[in-house]
Amino acid sequence: MTRIVVGPFNRVEGDLEVALDIADSRVREARVSASLYRGFENLLIGRDPLDALVVVPRICGICSVSQSAAAAAALAAAAGIATPANGQFAKNLIQACENVADHLTHFYCFFMPDFAREAYAGAPWHAAIRARFVAQRGTALADYLPARADFLRLMGYLAGKWPHTLALQPGGTTRAITPTEKVRLAAVLREFRAFLEGPLFGDALENIAALRDAAGLAAWSEARDADAARFVRIALALGLDRIGRAEDRFLACAAYPETTGAFLPGGVWHGGETQAFDTAAIREDASHAWFAGDAPLAPASGETRPLPDGKPAAYTWCKAPRYAGAVVETGALARQLLAGQPLLGELVASHGASVLARVVARLIEVARVLPRMEHWLAAIEPGEPFCGEWRKPESGSGSGLIEAARGTLGHWLSIERGRIAGYQIVAPTTWNFSPRDAAGQPGALEQALAGLPVTDGDTNPVLVQHVVRSFDPCMVCTVH
Amino acid sequence: MKLLWLQASGCGGCTQSLLGDTARRGVLERLAGAGVDIAAHPALSEASGEEALAQLRAAADGSLAFDILCVEGALLRGPNGSGRFHMLSGSGEPMIEWVRRLAARARVVVAVGSCTAFGGIGAGGDNLTEACGLQFDGAEPGGLLGAGFRALGGLPVVNVAGCPIHADWLIDTLMAIAADAFTADDLDELQRPRFYAEQLVHHGCPKNEFYEFKASAQKLSDLGCLMENLGCKGTQAHADCNVRPWHGVGSCIRGGFTCIACTEPNFESPGHPFMETPKVAGIPTGLPLDMPKAWFVALAALSKSATPKRVRESATRDHPVMLPAGKKGTRS
Repeated sequence: MTRIVVGPFNRVEGDLEVALDIADSRVREARVSASLYRGFENLLIGRDPLDALVVVPRICGICSVSQSAAAAAALAAAAGIATPANGQFAKNLIQACENVADHLTHFYCFFMPDFAREAYAGAPWHAAIRARFVAQRGTALADYLPARADFLRLMGYLAGKWPHTLALQPGGTTRAITPTEKVRLAAVLREFRAFLEGPLFGDALENIAALRDAAGLAAWSEARDADAARFVRIALALGLDRIGRAEDRFLACAAYPETTGAFLPGGVWHGGETQAFDTAAIREDASHAWFAGDAPLAPASGETRPLPDGKPAAYTWCKAPRYAGAVVETGALARQLLAGQPLLGELVASHGASVLARVVARLIEVARVLPRMEHWLAAIEPGEPFCGEWRKPESGSGSGLIEAARGTLGHWLSIERGRIAGYQIVAPTTWNFSPRDAAGQPGALEQALAGLPVTDGDTNPVLVQHVVRSFDPCMVCTVH
Repeated sequence: MKLLWLQASGCGGCTQSLLGDTARRGVLERLAGAGVDIAAHPALSEASGEEALAQLRAAADGSLAFDILCVEGALLRGPNGSGRFHMLSGSGEPMIEWVRRLAARARVVVAVGSCTAFGGIGAGGDNLTEACGLQFDGAEPGGLLGAGFRALGGLPVVNVAGCPIHADWLIDTLMAIAADAFTADDLDELQRPRFYAEQLVHHGCPKNEFYEFKASAQKLSDLGCLMENLGCKGTQAHADCNVRPWHGVGSCIRGGFTCIACTEPNFESPGHPFMETPKVAGIPTGLPLDMPKAWFVALAALSKSATPKRVRESATRDHPVMLPAGKKGTRS
């Protein structure tokens, strides 16, 4: 058996190292390590509760608004504050803007450049794909980056700036837009839709959202001269619809609250069955992380005590969250399975969560969310309030669970004597890239890597790159 | 010019902000056109794993020449000076060792963001990770590289401070460096590029009329001035956010919330809740930097008594309740 260590992992957010034990040209075991500790939970202790809104976005520059939204939700729960309808629609728009931009930054900047690598130089599609997607210089970037920058004008109007806005507050948002700004925002969405329906899909968003099965996806991709279709064709040619399976148990919380209910439902999906998501079933296990405490703890009573001198079984700064003791996967695929999107249901039923399924889930989600953004914007009534007033509780506790681009993000906070007394964060990639737990169960990525074929002597297997990036990891959130 | 970029203990938000630049064909073409070749960047490079590490090793031992080193994120010296809270993955060595070695080979070293310049958000509280900036520890010269550090080109670390940076702050700095048009005279006393740090966030503030009349917001989302009650530091913070909009249209204050002075050292530990103004006897303690306090108080009292009803009424609403009056004899 040989061990290879893959790192630094470029084109993921943050620092990641993957150790692979290889025997008989296959990965026997994988160990996923986050090699940075940052200490955000501890530096919140003793602060004014609203200070969390300054601190937590700075955990992550790519999930910044998601961190804000989770903190605002936890604070609202602790203080018993409701958000007026305009504030909720504005929050949804701000969060959706980040999530959609993140999905596409992943696609164009992080994920697709792997197909331009020399490892694929012999493939019939390589020259064209290299011209379009090669890192930093591909022609796709000159289409995508300006479209993204234009789309982020939505943040300029509704949130002042991105990342690291204070616009998301427990009671709503700080910027009441005018009727003219609403018209201008509609133009921002219209112009971004044109990019999606042009270079990305070459088709109406509604047609993408309505894709029903794998045969339909393949037929759609054959007929299109568009970036998403190029990906589907390559992925099918390389068999990426059959690799990358983890435990096939998926978790999402309800996302994008509306006047009644939420746009995307939450729950736990396993084997085609859906159960309600009970946050009381979450435990964080630190048995293989460089933190004190071996007994799994509920986040509301969790602790983060780093062990500078390490401990024997540990190999990461990431804890291992488990749901009712089980490993779960979170992200766009989880959300879309729980929403009953039929194509993704069929892909997972056939070969489990795969590289193809995870990437297609993001693309489908983009196609589903943008039309909903148009709806939320239309529902905003200028002149009506956007923000309810904050009233600081002297004591209390609350949790805020939201869906970030990469999956379920939870904040748990307690307030004593008007100050933050406890703060725990479970980030999406903490779920997906968790280490083993006390029972020895590997985390989702560790499972997805096991069994991958590796050519003897290859120290940087490209399949490993695809599987890792299919999760769109955010390590800086993980190591908060 | 060949540029190497390292991500230390940060959030990656400065890179995200950079990618949001409004250049017509995107920031990467804009930089390439200016002669800036991004040879290594953790979020952008094709190379990954061993090939990426080999490149950094070659740059560190001098066999790969490069010009600019950009570092994004605080430098973690902990635990106990070892740097082990952040190991560069795959290398088995602390990030601070890589930064020291590469900085010694660079013609120009750029600190991207306030974490890298001064320590930033992660240096707040007890600073368990011993986070610091490249050449400052908060406002104190020193940091990882020491106060005496000079890159091979002769400049100290260029501190493009901000949390995050505005894309233009970094782009214009890099383009000036590439054009050989950037000297020590272009830096302020905290080594920030003067072209944006010699401004105040107050300049071009969209709430200027509310400020003039001390018509103050009572809560976030109110239109009024955020200085008296809600902790706004726009009159003290060095940056041009309200002259150079974000995403073409925004800024913190335009977004209806407080400036927290994120371009300044120690912004993370203001000594009061971020969104509350500390006061003594009802008077804010953090007054404009270069204005005599007695004058400020006198003018504030005077202007408060002269506040037009329109301004006073709108200050505590989220949209204007009255229009500015027209000239006498015209319809308003």
